[in-house]
Amino acid sequence: MAQHTEQEILDGLGEIIDEIAGVPAAEVTPEKSFVDDLDIDSLSMVEIAVAAQDKFGVEIPDDQLKDLKTVQDVVNFIQK
Amino acid sequence: MSTTEVVVTGLGATTPLGGDVATTWSALLEGRSGIDTLQEDWVADLPVHFAGRIAVEPSELLPRQRLRRLDRTQQFALIAAQEAWQDAGAPEVDPVRLGAVVSSGIGGILTVLEQYDTFRERGWKRVSPFTVPMLMPNGPAAAVALEFTARAGAHAPVSACASSAEAIADAIDMIRTGRADMVIAGGVEAAIHPLNIAAFASMRALSTRNDDPKTASRPWDANRDGFVMSEGAGMIVLESAEHAAARGARVYAVAAGAGYSDDAHDIVLPDPEGTGQARAITSVLADAGLRPSDIAHVNAHATSTPAGDVGETVAIRAALGDSAADRVAVTSTKSMTGHLLGGAGAVESIATVLALHEGRIPPTINIEELDPAVRVDIVRDKPRDLPADAVAAINESFGFGGHNIAVAFRRP
Repeated sequence: MAQHTEQEILDGLGEIIDEIAGVPAAEVTPEKSFVDDLDIDSLSMVEIAVAAQDKFGVEIPDDQLKDLKTVQDVVNFIQK
Repeated sequence: MSTTEVVVTGLGATTPLGGDVATTWSALLEGRSGIDTLQEDWVADLPVHFAGRIAVEPSELLPRQRLRRLDRTQQFALIAAQEAWQDAGAPEVDPVRLGAVVSSGIGGILTVLEQYDTFRERGWKRVSPFTVPMLMPNGPAAAVALEFTARAGAHAPVSACASSAEAIADAIDMIRTGRADMVIAGGVEAAIHPLNIAAFASMRALSTRNDDPKTASRPWDANRDGFVMSEGAGMIVLESAEHAAARGARVYAVAAGAGYSDDAHDIVLPDPEGTGQARAITSVLADAGLRPSDIAHVNAHATSTPAGDVGETVAIRAALGDSAADRVAVTSTKSMTGHLLGGAGAVESIATVLALHEGRIPPTINIEELDPAVRVDIVRDKPRDLPADAVAAINESFGFGGHNIAVAFRRP
């Protein structure tokens, strides 16, 4: 699987979160918390994880999804 | 018995005739049909090629991230409820005194079918995590309760095509028994899908007049051949008269009472003698404290099926008696809207309320040759003025399962 740059992942997450949760992509910055800053609930996180898997080819298991609190956490997971 | 008086203070609708009440009402008075040929490719596989799609798509009104979490029934319910609530003046209300009674006959069937397609094609992980809240039959009631913070209770009585009349009936009760001061009540259906058309067509319930869809819904016509499936929603704000007076609300009509019965005759076919339907009318008169001669107008259930329609007119005559039945003006607005199934009773209650409020009865269109067995006065082709001294009107709704609901409205 080709490696994605941090910027590619951020842009991709921005598009996904805009589509699923209606949060403008520009607000999806690394330090943001999904729950506290972006107001994204657990069911939407499930949708976002599945969409991220389609986009980046990285599966995020349920038991690890709950530990991904910020946008940076997801970026790191996908790059790992 | 002292009974809390319940009044109608807000109306909202999205129908094949228009995206709101005003547009729908003017189309009803003009005698316009909202039925059209469906453009989808799948109609080629079906014996029925037409239906009543709503005039204004929810995607024009709701942001897309809301659309993807709401079944089409919930989208319609919110749009109609928003209009009704604004129409009622969008008052500040104690949330624990506000209720929601919103029905659907079938529930989130489009979500079920779409997600099943997704599951079969792409596996369980691609099934939306919102599938359950979108498909549940109480979804529209819950969505309305959430939107307007209605905490007195949210209910979704289900009785097929009588569902939303039952919602209004139950809402009247909710206010009378003191559980709420205001209730947003109504119903919705969004079921236009090849499987549903196939299912109703398979029971030979749908008109197959593919060459002329706008004349397909023809209640009481001698050559009627079935109903026309439509989608949409109607919502009514009901309120105790005391609460409405205290806030100076405009009152359209008194929601005078409700009558319930069940035929217990056949799971689908109505009792041809109309005994159960007549009992619903007798009950609503008693509940509303009205005499047969008070009923100037009936907005009938009549759906354009060979098996229905006439029995209802027999029931009206039996329940009101000959002298009152000779004077009552009967119409079926389904001739223009098609059959909104679980949304029908609410949209037709709105038409009943407006007939009283505006003094105009919408016509029944498409009757070329009146069924000779019809022995009541049908308002045909053109709207008719309601007599100036008219007191009250009834909306009737019946559903598969033998459910019969009649709701009475009275001039304030």
